[in-house]
Formats: sequence, structure tokens, C-alpha cells
Amino acid sequence: MSAASPAADGAMESVESFVARAEAWLPDHLPLADTTRMENGFGSDEEELANVARMRATQRTLYDAGFAGICFPAEYGGLGLTLAHQKAFDEVSAPYDMPTLINIPTFVPCGAVLLEFGTEEQKRRHIPAMLRGEELWMQFLSEPSGGSDVAGAMTTAVRDGDEWVVNGSKVWTTGAWWSDYGLCLLRTNWEVPKHRGLSVFIIKIRQPDIEVQRIEMINGSREFCQEFMTDLRISDRDRVGDVDDGWTVGRRWMFHERIAMGGGSPYTSGKPPSHGAGATGRDHLLELARETGQLDDPLALDLVGEARTLRRAASELSARVGEGIVAGAMPDTAAAIGRLMSGVVNERIRTIGADLAGSSVVAWADDDPAALFGVEFLMRQSGSIAGGTLEMARNNISERVLGMPRERTLDKDVPFRDVPKGPPAAGGETR
Amino acid sequence: MELTLSDDQQFFCDTTRRFLATECPIAQVRALASADAGFEPGYWRQGGELGWTSLLVPESAGGGSVSGSGVIDLTIVADAFGRHVAPGPLLPTNVVAATLGRDGSGAHADVLAGLLAGDTVATWCGAEHALGEGATRATRTADGYRLSGVSTPVEAAAQSQSFLVTARLDDKDPAEGGLGPLVQFLLPAGSDGVTVEPLASLDVVRRFARVEFADVRVPASAVVAGDAPVADDVEQQLLHALVIQAATLVGAAERVFEFTVEWAFDRYSFGRPLASYQALKHRFADMKMWLEASHALTSALAREIQDGAEGVHETASVTKAYVGHHLTELLHDCIQMHGGIGLTTDHDLHLYLRRVVTERSSFGTPADHRRRVAVLAAGAAA
Ligand SMILES: Cc1cc2nc3c(=O)[nH]c(=O)nc-3n(C[C@H](O)[C@H](O)[C@H](O)COP(=O)(O)OP(=O)(O)OC[C@H]3O[C@@H](n4cnc5c(N)ncnc54)[C@H](O)[C@@H]3O)c2cc1C
Ligand SMILES: Cc1cc2nc3c(=O)[nH]c(=O)nc-3n(C[C@H](O)[C@H](O)[C@H](O)COP(=O)(O)OP(=O)(O)OC[C@H]3O[C@@H](n4cnc5c(N)ncnc54)[C@H](O)[C@@H]3O)c2cc1C
Repeated sequence: MSAASPAADGAMESVESFVARAEAWLPDHLPLADTTRMENGFGSDEEELANVARMRATQRTLYDAGFAGICFPAEYGGLGLTLAHQKAFDEVSAPYDMPTLINIPTFVPCGAVLLEFGTEEQKRRHIPAMLRGEELWMQFLSEPSGGSDVAGAMTTAVRDGDEWVVNGSKVWTTGAWWSDYGLCLLRTNWEVPKHRGLSVFIIKIRQPDIEVQRIEMINGSREFCQEFMTDLRISDRDRVGDVDDGWTVGRRWMFHERIAMGGGSPYTSGKPPSHGAGATGRDHLLELARETGQLDDPLALDLVGEARTLRRAASELSARVGEGIVAGAMPDTAAAIGRLMSGVVNERIRTIGADLAGSSVVAWADDDPAALFGVEFLMRQSGSIAGGTLEMARNNISERVLGMPRERTLDKDVPFRDVPKGPPAAGGETR
Repeated sequence: MELTLSDDQQFFCDTTRRFLATECPIAQVRALASADAGFEPGYWRQGGELGWTSLLVPESAGGGSVSGSGVIDLTIVADAFGRHVAPGPLLPTNVVAATLGRDGSGAHADVLAGLLAGDTVATWCGAEHALGEGATRATRTADGYRLSGVSTPVEAAAQSQSFLVTARLDDKDPAEGGLGPLVQFLLPAGSDGVTVEPLASLDVVRRFARVEFADVRVPASAVVAGDAPVADDVEQQLLHALVIQAATLVGAAERVFEFTVEWAFDRYSFGRPLASYQALKHRFADMKMWLEASHALTSALAREIQDGAEGVHETASVTKAYVGHHLTELLHDCIQMHGGIGLTTDHDLHLYLRRVVTERSSFGTPADHRRRVAVLAAGAAA
């Protein structure tokens, strides 16, 4: 059954009608989200692969019913609707098991970057496939030499006729082992200043010349990957944007990532189950306080109230920044404000979790209501590093929103080849 | 404040700010510090003409708003009051006017008319009950009530012609503590048994007092009925107080942030402007985040009050908890960014800090409201 019934005369469907259709359709087609699972849940590889397969299938179901790619243009399989449609859909779909893992990074930043810089052929090849759940994309940005300095990429592509030959390594890639494509920033010129020698490419992940290694994270998750590319050949057809102009693409890429991290992108749809952000969603901390008998303790109430306050503040802020950017009342760079907030709030909430959990943080039984709050606490910094660190967000806000002077760097106007990339070689001195 | 205003609201905002800048510049605020009342009647009357006290009152009762969303319009005034550390009983007068405006009986129409015109001032002795801590009691008598108790600190009590008092009726079984429902009265200042004892206070131009009711005889005609039960009225009063506070805090903090950023560009140390040091830039980034989040929450709260949204009480406490805490941090950080001069009364910073702390710590501290958020959520989830 298809619920799609766009207005026949070609006029845009109203938000109310779109939401009404979604409300009617969702209960019969999607299961409710499992809110008992905490963020950063981890399971066996089989469970993870099953999860990914289920997500692809759900995305396909949404696509077939006319609820995928709400703000993507119709010519690439999207619905061509507005941010208001997307926000309204996010609200009504919140209780359901939405394939939100596809949001970031497949739709944003990868899909958003293709929309802005891809060739017509690239867009038609990939965007509908993304919206159908057939292509999962990852970001190949960070390198062992440093992720904050994104433009300092050293993994190199050398031109060979209509092809490029790639050598080097990307790291900290989430989910590369079960994904299909990577949007990849590569160095194509070492003889010019760093920002002018980069290019962006589409890379097919599962192929012989890429070795994907898994890396275990503090919480036991093995989603993190490092990719080693050795004499990997890619076609020039897979280049996104101009040769050596990858930074133009890269800047927009970072923008899309930041605004998605803050929750204000038009290209994501559905939001992850919220934990106590407001009326919908479970509040794990409130439940923990109740189950451990702390609801009459003023200090515990203070902590639970603080966590709810911060989550609500973060969600109202992201809505404001998203609307502000769309309305032109704020610069695009304001996306960093929402990004900073989400990191700061996440850190504090995990600390609050550890405080409410007490000594269960140290050791717990499986049925302990506080189980995993300790592991979550150990993982506290993940949201403050992923998607660009909070320090980089602060640099962005102070320099690009408030207009404060840029930090002095040693890589300006120097060929990238000559930029210092580590401490000077030890000149025979003992340490 | 809302990111985008309608043309009418923008005009209203510009007019209010311009009026405050010319009629009550910071030098005047400093001069008023030593004046008894903290504001001049003529100034307040002009404010009444500009609509400062009418926004929460329906047109049928003589009020009216700029946009049809009076609560949002009032945040525009409160924001301007914060930016200019303006004098005047904006908060209590609006809380009282809104209450009288809801009272369909018209029994206090003359008092309301005076408030709307800016000719008279009224204050609100009832915040304690709104926060569940009230100690004023009323007992029924043959021709009305007897009122006893204390309300403190009450803004502009010595400058007010009327007091809106909330009390708990003492008409239940004494074995159960004798506590009945809430009741509200409108008392003329100078009623027998009412004493107003001025208090020292932080804000330079706002005056506070302790108001004591010693066996005050209250005629039945003084009762403020309202269409809704009194408890709902009291909750509505707290919502109005909290949204005015939040908008005032945002206006004050935003102004301070603006001139502190300018200072960071102008002040040099070690041959560089302060704005070039990453340690300071990162603090400015945090402040910007607090400020924008506070704007966002205040707008959300104003909209929810205007719409009578379910969950508005949690939003109100979330807003007070966040805005009250983080914008006070912002003020203190801005003093830090100023170095030694920031701690002096030569600089305007302290005027703003006084205003911000006054709003932060009245009608519930951030910690009080964080606990309230948890209690409301636990109640809703139970
Ligand atoms: C959960 C998670 C998922 C991730 N997923 C991906 C992914 O899918 N794809 C991908 O490419 N990357 C991914 N990353 C990598 C992430 O983008 C980088 O970790 C991040 O950009 C930081 O880079 P780095 O780890 O190399 O730290 P570094 O850049 O070495 O930074 C180290 C520290 O120095 C600080 N610092 C560095 N430069 C400055 C400066 N100029 N001013 C102030 N402070 C500075 C940083 O803030 C940080 O605290 C992920 C990371 C995490 C944690
Ligand atoms: C209570 C009190 C008593 C005092 N007593 C005396 C006294 O007896 N004798 C005396 O001579 N002085 C005294 N002082 C002055 C005091 O030493 C200075 O206020 C202080 O050194 C800061 O200088 P400043 O006020 O000019 O601030 P600024 O130097 O202008 O600094 C402004 C802000 O910028 C920051 N900042 C400046 N440069 C940098 C940088 N390079 N990197 C990072 N941040 C930077 C500062 O930390 C500060 O937050 C006193 C001050 C106070 C508050």
C-alpha cells in the first residue's frame, strides 16, 4: 500500500496534510523505538549487521511510502518539501523505530555535499540509492596525523590519465566495515599551501585495495575503523568538485556536519529516541532516581532537573539556530553554537548519570537499573570529539561568528610539503 | 527574544528602546540610585502610554497588545528593560494587571484603569504561594475576611497604591491543619494593619520591602474572583513573573556581552587585543552559547504561555533554571574579562550584575527550579 498522494495539481502538499498522512501510516508500518537501549549500545557483530540490515529495509519502506528524503529535490528521489515538513515529521515519527543511523553521515553530510557539488551523473547515481537505503555512506576525513586540522590531510591521490592512485590511511571512521561508500578528502598537490592542494572523491569501501581494520572503543563497541589504501585506483568520474579545490567542498562539508550534529539540518529525517528531552521519550535519569529510591533526595532532584533543563535548552537552541540560518538571521557558521551545546550538555548529563548511579558505576548486576551508567561515563567525551571537537567549535564561534582574530598558524602561504608535521627530528640530544 | 519580529513588533521594540535610551540613560539610572522611589511618576505614565502595562490585559478590559500575542510583546519590553537596566515596577504591575484583567466581574476596573494608564502602581504579594511556600492566612468573618502574615521581599511595595495579596483560607478542620483553598484580595495601600518596611536591596533602582499583614480587616468586595480557580490564577502569575524575568535577564546579559566583546577588541595586552587569545575566545564562545540558548528558551516559554500549552510549567522552570544560572555566569565572566575595572562601580557592569542577580534569585533560584523540574516530571511520569 502506498500512502503517497502528493497534490495532483503540482502545488506543494501542506504540512498539515503531510503530517496527517504520516500519522495515519506510521502505526501500521513501523515498530515503536526500543527506548530501553541506551545511546552507544553495543552488541555482537551479528547483531550489528542485523541492525544495519533492518535499518536499510526501514529506509526502503519509508521511501516506498513517500516519506524519505523530505527536503531532497524530487529529481533525485526526494520529496522536495520544506524544513517545516521535516520538523513536523520528526515530531510524529519520534516514537517509532526510525533508521536514524542513516541520517548522519549518509544524508548529512555526504548526501548534502553531493547535492551541492556532485555532477548530475553522480547525483542520479547515488542520491536515490541513499534514499532507498541501498547505499550507506561514511566520512573519510580524519587521518592518524590529526583530525582537527582537516585540511592537513596527507593521504594522497596522484593522477594517472582518467584515474587517480591513492595511498595512505583514514582513521576514526565509524561503521566503515558495514558501509558502502566513503566521501574522502585527499591531497592532490603538495606544492601549494595546504588548502589549495586537496580534492574530494567518492570511494567504494568494499574492494581489495582497501583494508578496513576495526578498533575497539571504551564501551566495547567495535564501530570505529581505520582504512589502509594501497595503490587504490579510482576513476576521475568519482571526483566531487574541482581538482585541488577540495577545500571549497570541505568547508561546506564541515558546515553540514556541524548543523546536523546540532540537530538543525533539513536533510536528516526522524530523530533518535530522546532521553528526557521533553514530553516525548524516556528520561533514563529520572527512572534511575525513581528505581533507586532517590526521588525524595533534594540533591538527586537537583541533578535530574538539571539534566532535563540542559536537554531542553539544547533542543530549543538547535531549533533556534536551524531556523536562524534558514531565515538568514544568523550566519551559517552559527551551526557551531548548536554543536558546542550538544557536546557540553552530553558531558554534563553523563556525569550526572554517574552521580545518580553511585557505586553501581563500579560494579553492577545485569538487572541493576544503574548498569551501563559507568560505561556511559567512561565514554563521556565521545560527543565532544566526534564530528569535530568542542575546541574547534569554540574556535568557529569566536572567529567566524564573533569575528575575533584567527589563531596564528605556521602553515599559511607555505607549500604543504614544507609545513611542520611533527616535532623536529631529535638532533642527537638524549631525553 | 524571538529571532524575527513582525514589523509592528519591531517598531514597538525600537520605540521602547529609544524611549529608554533618551528618557532614562545610564547616567539617569545612576542618579536615581539615591532617589527614594527609584523611578519618577511621569516616566511611568509615559511607559503606560507606550503600552508597558496593557499587554497582558484583554482589549475588553482596556488593555491590548501589539501583535495579538501579549506575552511575546511583553518580553520585548522586558528585554529592553534589561538592556537599559531601566527603573520601574514592570514585573509586579503586569502580574497584577493581568490578574485584574482576567477578573470578568469588573469589580476592580478603576484600579486596573489606573495601572493601564501608568497613573498608579500595584504590587504582588503572593509569590510564596505560587512556589508552594506561602504563609499568609485569611479567616472568614461576617462581612469579609481577616488577613495575617508576611510577604517579602515585595517589589515597589512602598511605591504602590494597591496590593494583590494571596492567602490561604483557614476554614478547614483544625485537625487537618486548617488549610483551605487560596483566595486573593486587592487591598489599598495604607489599609489598617498593613506595614511596609523598606529593605536594602541589590538593584540600584528597584525598591523592595517586607509587607506585614497584622489582622487586617478585608471587606468581601476586595476579593479578586477571576473566572478560573484562584490556584490557576496564582500559577499564571508565577508564569508571567518568570517570563518577564527571563526576558530581562536575556536583555541585560546580551547588552553586557556586546560591550564586553567590544572591550576585547579594544583592550591590548602584550601587543595584541584580548580578542586574539584563544583562552579568552573560547570563553566568549561559551558565553555566546549560553546567550543563544537563553534566547531560545525564553521564546519557547513566551509562546507556550501565550498558547496555554500543556507542560508550560516545566518549561517555565527549565527556563528559569537555565537562564538564571548561565546568564549570571555570563555576567561574572564578563567582569573577569574586564579585569580590575570590572569590579568597580565606575564601570556600568555592576548595574547590570545587580539586575541579573535580582532576577536570578527571586521567585525561586535556579536550584529551586531544577528541583521543581524534576518534581513536575516525576509527577507527570508517575
Ligand atoms: C565517536 C566518533 C566518531 C567519529 N567518526 C568519524 C568518522 O566517521 N569519520 C571521520 O573522518 N572521523 C571521525 N571521527 C574523528 C573525529 O572527527 C576526530 O576525532 C576529531 O576531528 C578530532 O581529531 P583527532 O582525533 O585527530 O584529534 P586532534 O586533532 O589531534 O586533537 C587533539 C586535541 O587537540 C585539540 N586541538 C587540535 N587543534 C586545535 C586548535 N587549533 N585549537 C584548539 N584545540 C585544538 C582538539 O580539540 C583535541 O582536544 C570520529 C570521532 C569519534 C570520537
Ligand atoms: C581586589 C584587587 C586588589 C588589587 N590590588 C592591587 C595593588 O595593590 N597594586 C596593584 O598594582 N594592582 C592591584 N590590583 C590590580 C590587579 O593586579 C590587576 O587588576 C590585574 O593584574 C589584572 O589587570 P587589569 O585589571 O588591567 O586587567 P587586564 O590585564 O586588562 O585583563 C583583562 C582580562 O584579560 C585577561 N588577559 C589579559 N592578558 C591575557 C593573556 N595574555 N592571556 C590570557 N588572558 C589575558 C585577564 O586575565 C583578564 O581576565 C588589584 C586588583 C584587585 C581586583
